[in-house]
Amino acid sequence: MVANAAPRAEHACAHCGAILGGSDSARFCCAGCARAHDLIEQLGLDGYYARRVLDPSARAPKPELDAGEPAAAPPEPDAQGIAAGHYMVDGLHCAACVWLIEQVLLRQPGVVSARLNMTTRRLTVRWKPAEAALDPARIVAALGYRLAPFDPARLAADDRGGETELLRALAVAGFAAGNIMLLSVSVWSGAVGEMGPATRDLMHWISALIALPAVIYAGRPFFRSGLGALRAGRTNMDVPISLGVLLATGTSLFETASSGAHAYFDSAVTLLFFLLIGRYLDRRARGRARGAAELLAALDAGAASVIGADGATRRVPGERLRLGDLVLVAAGERVPADGTIVSGMSQLDTAVVTGETRPADIGPGSRVFAGTVNLGAPVRLEVAASGKDTLLSEIVRLMEAAEQGRARHVVLADRVARLYAPVVHLLALVTFAGWMLAGAGWHAALLSAVAVLIITCPCALALAVPVVQVVATGRLMRRGILLKSATALERLAEVDTVVFDKTGTLTEGRPVLVEPRAVDAATLARAAAIAANSRHPLARALSSAAEARLGHAVAASDGVVEAPGLGLARGDERLGSRLFCGVAPGESDGGSDGPELWFARPGMRPVRFLFADRLKSDAAACVASLARRGLRVELLSGDRAPVVADVAGETGIARWRAAQTPVDKVARLKQLAGEARRTLMVGDGINDAPALAAALVSASPAAASDIARVAADAVFQGDRLAPVDDLLAVARKARRLVRENLALAIGYNVVAVPLAMAGFLTPLIAAIAMSSSSLVVVANALRLNRG
Amino acid sequence: MDVLLILVPVALGLGLLGLLAFLWSMRSGQFDDLDGAGSRILFDDDVETASRPPRATRRR
Repeated sequence: MVANAAPRAEHACAHCGAILGGSDSARFCCAGCARAHDLIEQLGLDGYYARRVLDPSARAPKPELDAGEPAAAPPEPDAQGIAAGHYMVDGLHCAACVWLIEQVLLRQPGVVSARLNMTTRRLTVRWKPAEAALDPARIVAALGYRLAPFDPARLAADDRGGETELLRALAVAGFAAGNIMLLSVSVWSGAVGEMGPATRDLMHWISALIALPAVIYAGRPFFRSGLGALRAGRTNMDVPISLGVLLATGTSLFETASSGAHAYFDSAVTLLFFLLIGRYLDRRARGRARGAAELLAALDAGAASVIGADGATRRVPGERLRLGDLVLVAAGERVPADGTIVSGMSQLDTAVVTGETRPADIGPGSRVFAGTVNLGAPVRLEVAASGKDTLLSEIVRLMEAAEQGRARHVVLADRVARLYAPVVHLLALVTFAGWMLAGAGWHAALLSAVAVLIITCPCALALAVPVVQVVATGRLMRRGILLKSATALERLAEVDTVVFDKTGTLTEGRPVLVEPRAVDAATLARAAAIAANSRHPLARALSSAAEARLGHAVAASDGVVEAPGLGLARGDERLGSRLFCGVAPGESDGGSDGPELWFARPGMRPVRFLFADRLKSDAAACVASLARRGLRVELLSGDRAPVVADVAGETGIARWRAAQTPVDKVARLKQLAGEARRTLMVGDGINDAPALAAALVSASPAAASDIARVAADAVFQGDRLAPVDDLLAVARKARRLVRENLALAIGYNVVAVPLAMAGFLTPLIAAIAMSSSSLVVVANALRLNRG
Repeated sequence: MDVLLILVPVALGLGLLGLLAFLWSMRSGQFDDLDGAGSRILFDDDVETASRPPRATRRR
């Protein structure tokens, strides 16, 4: 079961399923795949290939030779000598992947257990370091998956505790509600028939027996929160809920003891049941949002290779670097701290810090900033700033300042609740006083007042918002959009201005070969075969361009030597910088000044490959669609003006600003806020992070820098911009549904409350009214899933 | 109506049984990985070292 489009099995790579070249008899597309296949076969796990079900659109992960994942500091063993490592796994797509990773790890010596949770993508490996040294990240990386270690202590566990407590209360309330309703139905049907008072009392007593412990157990979340609010001298939605439930149970007990006709046990418990559903959904949505945020924060901790006095390198977490430390930055690695280059020549991708697309040349003495990526050869750097002085902490400070300025957003449901609770209490009081004045006696007056409290209990109100939120987040999640903040949906719905960053947001953020047709296919294939040996972004861009042009992956050719920072050589053929290929400085066809690669062969004119950062495929369409929705679109970039002008022109954005520093971006967003505009900021770079925090609401692509993802309210996957449009569409629809739901819930109260005040409310009517209003609200929320 | 004296406790007992079963399954972590559990059963047959979640790492 290899790939979809493979005409014959031998023409697809036996590991990843990539289509191989026509005449090539090789089984694999690259050395990484061959190694992964060997590893799997050696361990007797070839069942993996039969078991995996490849989605036609998804390929098996392609292992990278020498995957440059930095090794984390190994976890400390516990008292039994067992060390536990926790990792996030990237690249999973089916259960066979889970099986393969677990089995490969279990067959390593010393491993006690390996468990990968497919839902949360978290892997826990436990092994005995005394028996064997193990680096799970390296082993799994050889299979083509990426592992990022994280510290579970940094993920708050208390929130999960609250969630399970709610679920338990929900289960108990559900059990009690079902059984009491069963008894109540027989009382109601018996009331018109021949049920005697003794049987009715028996039913009531059994109901009381179930209801009392259930109310005490399942009502605790409400009682606690209501009591807390009262102590602080405030009132919240939980005060009328607690009061209603307790009074209903109390009076029912009294009625049962005095052999009365009506008991409200079923209402009290059903009420708790419905409210707990709402509360649980709400908590889960919040927990998920927080979990996503915390995971990003936990992944944030990067490691650096510090060169000790003895010349040996060791991995140290980025935050523990000290001033004057010598750090080795390998090719493809992120610079861990601000500093000065001591030795080595290379090129630096600074896009994430400045938005500049052209790589910067660096050499001894150059000043570099944390977060930039080393593209060429390894360099050594002396840490010149640490802690509070780095550019990164400067950005974090800006971000925190911007966040404080962001107006505290009060959730719609809370605003409604603030009005609702006093009104309900007043109504109940008025009912009681009214009946007393009318001379009905305190017993009848109290019963009517309790009926008012029961019927106004915000059952539908408590479900109205959380159900819509859960449906909306679920729908967004299926499209690869993760909401990190629970209030993000409400803020998104108000947006009237969208501000984009350029590099990495509107554009791909990586170089793409310009006009691959300008070079003939044979030359392209030859150059790509050499380029396949390197991880330099330009070499990769060349390989993928060749793959797209030729229709199959180009196998890496042998005997290639990499001259770090300059290029690749295979015999007399050279692929690399202008200097490396011996091209005269003036020689150039076309005036463009993007990044370039030269390919020189003996006896032939050197060929030039020109690269540019391309727009995302649907950037223009997305901007047009946002404009159609009546939104104002702006572009703020740190890049040079001509480049920004080009992008603005191609996407049809009229308002743009170039060469913006992080401070400028925040200032512009503040200015927009001053004009009473509600802004959605979409950005990915470190330099965007303060702006993301300053905007009313923000989004960033999943490929963004860590700090941008942490700052953003929503993170979307994939290299398209359509999710931004989806996000706004779903948010607006969700807002409409929430409003409809609130109107429905309040409308129900307007009808039912006068009935209760007049004393017409029997337990049967209360049960019907409460259940039907809740069902209507839930059904309305589910409409979000359609269309 | 004497039959009620048997039927009501039986109904309640069955309900309680369901409740306890749910609480137990929640406690033993069966709801932790709903996506993986469905397919795990297909793969574990021929492997002698199938790993179970270690009890110590479970969240309560």
